Amino acid sequence: MSARFQAALHGARDTIPMLVGALPFGIIFGTLAVASGLSLGATLAMSLLVFAGSAQFIAVSLVASGAGLAVILLTTFIVNLRHMLYSASLLPFVRHLPQRWRVPLAFWLTDESYAVVQHHYHDAQTPMTHKHWYFLGSCLAMYSNWFACTLIGALLGHALPGMAGWGLDFAMVATFIGIVVPMLRTRPMLVAALVAAVVALVAHPLPYKLGLMLAALLGVAAGVMAERLNARERLEVADEQL
Amino acid sequence: MSSFEVTLIAGMALITFGIRYVLFAAGHRVRFSPLVSQALGYVPVAVLTAIIVPAMVIPDGQHWQLSLDNAYLIGGLIAILIAARWRNLLATIGGGMLAFFLWRWLAQGLF
Repeated sequence: MSARFQAALHGARDTIPMLVGALPFGIIFGTLAVASGLSLGATLAMSLLVFAGSAQFIAVSLVASGAGLAVILLTTFIVNLRHMLYSASLLPFVRHLPQRWRVPLAFWLTDESYAVVQHHYHDAQTPMTHKHWYFLGSCLAMYSNWFACTLIGALLGHALPGMAGWGLDFAMVATFIGIVVPMLRTRPMLVAALVAAVVALVAHPLPYKLGLMLAALLGVAAGVMAERLNARERLEVADEQL
Repeated sequence: MSSFEVTLIAGMALITFGIRYVLFAAGHRVRFSPLVSQALGYVPVAVLTAIIVPAMVIPDGQHWQLSLDNAYLIGGLIAILIAARWRNLLATIGGGMLAFFLWRWLAQGLF
């Protein structure tokens, strides 16, 4: 077995826990997409071409609620902005690669693969030579798993049209809670979440899901301000101690 | 596929890929200002919270339902407790959905 292939296989193997986590998410996405009125072809195409779980979920729920194209695309942009952070953090490790590598690796960069791959890049035990093959292996495992789950979910949704009323949309709420709550480790993060929550409720009647945008913007601003205040407070305490 | 679907998917695909690729493409020439990278760190929490909370409190998209027979609210609160205690995504999804379905089943009889 070539060293490259072995590295790719290693990457896929290390991604298995993430595949298990994405399994219900993908299946539920498939059923919900069909329930919200998307065709089978569009559902599969979205998983193949967009490949961004949370953005796909939100887009589908926006389609069901009758939101317009511009709102959905703007929401996609905002929800996926975090990926820019991931690519910023991986940039030092991929900037030596030719574009034919950087293009597909960027296309397949998800939360899950980022978590696995950045960990591997920071592991000094293994040589750097084949780490982009490891990256590729992780991505391909996520991608094929996501497509297979979408297909299963969409077929289930077609076979059991009543599934739309089962309350499966709660799975998205539970998934997002599972992502957000562990992130609330610092006071500024908590402030950002609280402000976003209150604004989202108060501004909910605004048209075109503008309440969501407003809540996201004010939440981010509140988090940044809280972090700065926190830092200043700490500096003042340090000054007093001197 | 309808033309709405084609535009929707093409637009989402371009936006998503653009965000993931722009820095990889630029390679050496990019540096974030400290304010931008700081703000980016709060994006996931703010966005996801702004989605979660109305889904729990306003499940029909129209009316506030701060009541015990709202399974989205109770299931969500239980999911938050599970997530805070165990920090495990699968446990949160599984436990939260179990709580949601149990509560909905109970609420139909009780309330």
